[in-house]
Amino acid sequence: MSTNKEVFLSVKNLEVSYSQARREVRAVNGVSFDVQKGKTLGLVGETGAGKTTIAKAILRILPDPPAKVKSGEIFLGGEDLLKKKEEDMLDVRGKKIAMIFQDPMTALNPLMTVGDQILEVLLLHNDYDKAAGMREAGRMLETVGIPAERYAEYPHQFSGGMKQRVVIAMALACNPELLLADEPTTALDVTIQAQVPELINDLKMKFGTSMILITHDLGVIAQTCDDVAVIYAGKIVESGTKEDVFDHPAHPYTLGLFGSLPDIDSRTSRLSPIAGMPPDPTNLPEGCSFHPRCPHATDACRKGQITSREITPGHFCACIREGGN
Amino acid sequence: MSRYVIKRLLLTVVILWCAGFVVFTLTYLVPGDVAKILLGPEATEDVLVIKRAALGLDQPYLVQLGRFMYNTFIRFDFGDSWVFSSSVMAELLERIPRTLIIGLSGMIINVSIGTILGIIAATHEGKWQDSFVMVIAMVFVSAPDFFVALLLILLFSLKLGWLPAYGIDSWTGYILPIISSSLGAIAVNARQSRSSMLEVIRADFVTTARAKGQKESVITRKHMLPNAMMPIITGVGGGLAVMIAGSPVIESVFSIPGVGAYLLSGVNQHDYPVVWACVIFLALFTSFAILIMDLCYAFLDPRIKAQYSRGKKVKG
Ligand SMILES: Nc1ncnc2c1ncn2[C@@H]1O[C@H](COP(=O)(O)OP(=O)(O)OP(=O)(O)O)[C@@H](O)[C@H]1O
Ligand code: SF4
Ligand SMILES: [Mg+2]
Repeated sequence: MSTNKEVFLSVKNLEVSYSQARREVRAVNGVSFDVQKGKTLGLVGETGAGKTTIAKAILRILPDPPAKVKSGEIFLGGEDLLKKKEEDMLDVRGKKIAMIFQDPMTALNPLMTVGDQILEVLLLHNDYDKAAGMREAGRMLETVGIPAERYAEYPHQFSGGMKQRVVIAMALACNPELLLADEPTTALDVTIQAQVPELINDLKMKFGTSMILITHDLGVIAQTCDDVAVIYAGKIVESGTKEDVFDHPAHPYTLGLFGSLPDIDSRTSRLSPIAGMPPDPTNLPEGCSFHPRCPHATDACRKGQITSREITPGHFCACIREGGN
Repeated sequence: MSRYVIKRLLLTVVILWCAGFVVFTLTYLVPGDVAKILLGPEATEDVLVIKRAALGLDQPYLVQLGRFMYNTFIRFDFGDSWVFSSSVMAELLERIPRTLIIGLSGMIINVSIGTILGIIAATHEGKWQDSFVMVIAMVFVSAPDFFVALLLILLFSLKLGWLPAYGIDSWTGYILPIISSSLGAIAVNARQSRSSMLEVIRADFVTTARAKGQKESVITRKHMLPNAMMPIITGVGGGLAVMIAGSPVIESVFSIPGVGAYLLSGVNQHDYPVVWACVIFLALFTSFAILIMDLCYAFLDPRIKAQYSRGKKVKG
């Protein structure tokens, strides 16, 4: 991407698969992207596209078995995280890179007070004594809009939205340099949904954190992101600045996401903006993975290896169709 | 919380009444003339009549039942043994500690060994440690107590001469009974611990703990184990109840004068006061074990605690 920016995290050619009953679920298939320092990269894509898998691969917290990182490099400050020793990763997790998990209902330990769960990460990465840590954990609760008096309450005493805030507080507790936010709004009702991007923007301003924001909500991307990468079947099909992707979408899948795909048959599937189902990750289509659903598919799409090309500086699109839309 | 405990204790009393009613009725329904059995085939009709009157057997069922319930639950007296004419309560009280020593030490061994084996198996799922533990568990669970007991006697008493084969003249007499009665429970508990650990090992909150940079050993202890604990407690409590219920066999094999052996002799000799007393003790013991289990749940899980104290408007 542009040269005057400082790359904070660089993912190159990441491939992850899950082995499931002797079949291989190819969840991530050669994904490369950069996150600029202090900027937010939005990862959009349908369910099952591989977004969460990418985030967990960066932190190396994929369940193994069944998950296996088959290839790739993840550079953080010139160091490949995938080559680090497990014990060195302990200092990266929670401190340098923190993650907000997709489902706040299950992300918290039901048998531990919310305060203690925040305290845990604080004590791991700071030299506080317990009392100072507890004060800091209370302060983190206040930061996300929960009264510090609720420190000693358990997750079941909180609403879904408040649990999400606790999860956010936990992730931000040690001022991470990079935040992986996995659909931080989906579990929330509409009114709180609107508050979370604001909250995230506030915190980003305050701490200058770089961020990968995973979502399938284009509105959230518009509100919070600088750059966007669109993921389909474990591949990035289009990437660029938010303006590039929002104002000049080029890939037929991106166009479909924006609902601008000329599609006469879509009356039957109003809920999904694109007709057809996402491909089966155990049996990906040859050529362009999107071809079964693409209105512009040609024979060339079904066979050839589709490579990404740079349409305008910094704006990439993995489609062989000339001229975009 | 205390209200909950009181409620449960009252419930225990009701359970004991029911147990008393059932066991009395069952012994009443056993066919055959008890007086004849007690006195032998040569007894004359006159003697039998006197015996029946002495034991109250000539009374109608309801009168007998009423007297039994009154003596047992109001006067806390089971009367005298029909065979030995000694106080059943005194004998029972003397025997209870012996049975409890075996049951409770078995439980402690079970908790420590069984649970740890299960955790090792779960955290090494699919590796050799896992298979090893599961094979041991399979062997333990499928070998009957008395068979294990006989093998242990053969090896440690007859061949090596390290431990006594029977009796409790010294504390070493307890070692073999404890081992042979707890192996099955260890196996059950190891399997239970393994499967409930496997359930939490992939839980989201465990991933959350990893994402914090927490060490794997601490994650196991602080996040996985407490969440896997409920079924483990259930298993251990159930194991204890099974061990106590299985005490007649082990106590007979090792000639230990405990409650189990007492129950068995009571049944064999139609000494019904002994049977009633032992069964009510077993019911009491099981009720307490379950109550303690439930209190452990509440102690571990704030959600259950909240449930127990609901209606009292006390939180946490
Ligand atoms: N533990 C697992 N075992 C087997 N397959 C898995 C596992 N976790 C994820 N997958 C598969 O990997 C693919 C990518 O999953 P992932 O969770 O990364 O998707 P996602 O983009 O985050 O979707 P969502 O929007 O629903 O969160 C899916 O096909 C999913 O079925
Ligand atoms: S490569 Fe072909 S099938 Fe794939 S998105 Fe482009 S036009 Fe459609
Ligand atoms: Mg996801």
